[in-house]
Amino acid sequence: MSRTPVSPEIERIIQLLARLPGLGPRSARRVTLHLLKNRQVLLDPLARALAQAMETISTCPECGNLDTERPCSLCTDPRRAQDVLCVVADVADLWALERAGVHSGLYHVLGGVLSPIDGTTPEDLGIPTLLERARRLAVKEVILALPATVEGQTTAHYIADALRAALPDVKLTRPAQGMPVGGELDYLDENTLRAAFQDRR
Amino acid sequence: MDWKETAIILGTWPHGERGVIVEVLAQNRGRWRGRVPGGASRKARPLLQPGNIVQADWRARLEDQLGMMRIELIDGIAGRHLADPFALDGLALLVADLHLLPEREPEPAMFRAARTVLDHLGEPTIWPALLARLELALLATLGFGLDLSRCAAGGSGPLVWVSPKSGRAVSEEAGRPYADKLLPLPAFLRPDGQGEGQGNRPVPAARDQADALRLTGFFLKRHVLTPRGLKEPHARDRIIRRLKERDT
Repeated sequence: MSRTPVSPEIERIIQLLARLPGLGPRSARRVTLHLLKNRQVLLDPLARALAQAMETISTCPECGNLDTERPCSLCTDPRRAQDVLCVVADVADLWALERAGVHSGLYHVLGGVLSPIDGTTPEDLGIPTLLERARRLAVKEVILALPATVEGQTTAHYIADALRAALPDVKLTRPAQGMPVGGELDYLDENTLRAAFQDRR
Repeated sequence: MDWKETAIILGTWPHGERGVIVEVLAQNRGRWRGRVPGGASRKARPLLQPGNIVQADWRARLEDQLGMMRIELIDGIAGRHLADPFALDGLALLVADLHLLPEREPEPAMFRAARTVLDHLGEPTIWPALLARLELALLATLGFGLDLSRCAAGGSGPLVWVSPKSGRAVSEEAGRPYADKLLPLPAFLRPDGQGEGQGNRPVPAARDQADALRLTGFFLKRHVLTPRGLKEPHARDRIIRRLKERDT
């Protein structure tokens, strides 16, 4: 009978790490070994950071962002424009916009997009909550920064319709579609080219 | 095992870090799934949008395996309609409908009907009627076809209603006392060819198209969605609402 070369505790760490994005069983084994070899400088701080994150980080009840504060630091930042709301599908999209520093207003994270096949409904995405929040904040503009996919744009149109009905004075915008920086015409797909030419200026 | 044919993309689901499971309606093979390595990449994602017409190349060692699929774009229909909410709702409802077909059962007629709807998505006065006809055919394919050929109550004259109980047509004369309980049957759905939108006849009225989608939606919900524990696509209500707005 073959015996496993690692203890159950280590095997457990490998199994958990292997579930993370970008890691498989082999790379999880390497990460585990690296952590165990660097207990003081890596394993201990990481374990503490994870425990602290588990304890303190939660989903913002206002916007859906992840933060240690409730409401999150973006929602309570007085320097941010309170009357411009940017709707995104996921926290990763919020982070991308913050990295780029292109939006100085508030956010609203839906947590997904409408999907008829997967049965994701407006209620699942908290769209009624978004409408209520937009009314409460008396927003002047809502930016629908949702994916340029069938499901993303279906969601954007749904929200736009709902906002137009509930708050007719709110300005609705969406990010432009077209050529990416460094993009060459020859390599762009026909739909991106069409969008770029339709929105030309 | 392998095959290669034209297909319509119905949906994708993440599979691992970079791959996706794609579901297509293949021209002669029906609803089929396969793994697309690299399907989550920036380059592949635009190809795998629901409604796109593609060349699907499926391979597996054994017939009943999930297998791998290679996708090449033939017509990027989805991207053309991203700015059109009405067409997008039509696309969403079409895809949700086709997803109800049994897996790996050849459905060339459904493929042709779906292709026709997709080809007309830019014509908002036409595609809802085409989609309603497709849904009527879908109900029949799934074993819940409506009998719209003659009056269930033995009445004569034009058939203008459908009984929600039996799914059979009811004539104007026989159905009049129960009008509030019956579902309207738009003329263009009648199998006798008297309706509009057939051959050289005019395009059906927006109200009739809304009634048609309400009719097919009612029976799809009762016979297919509810028994399978599926939610009704929101797109149907929005399409019907827009058709009504157009009618007024």
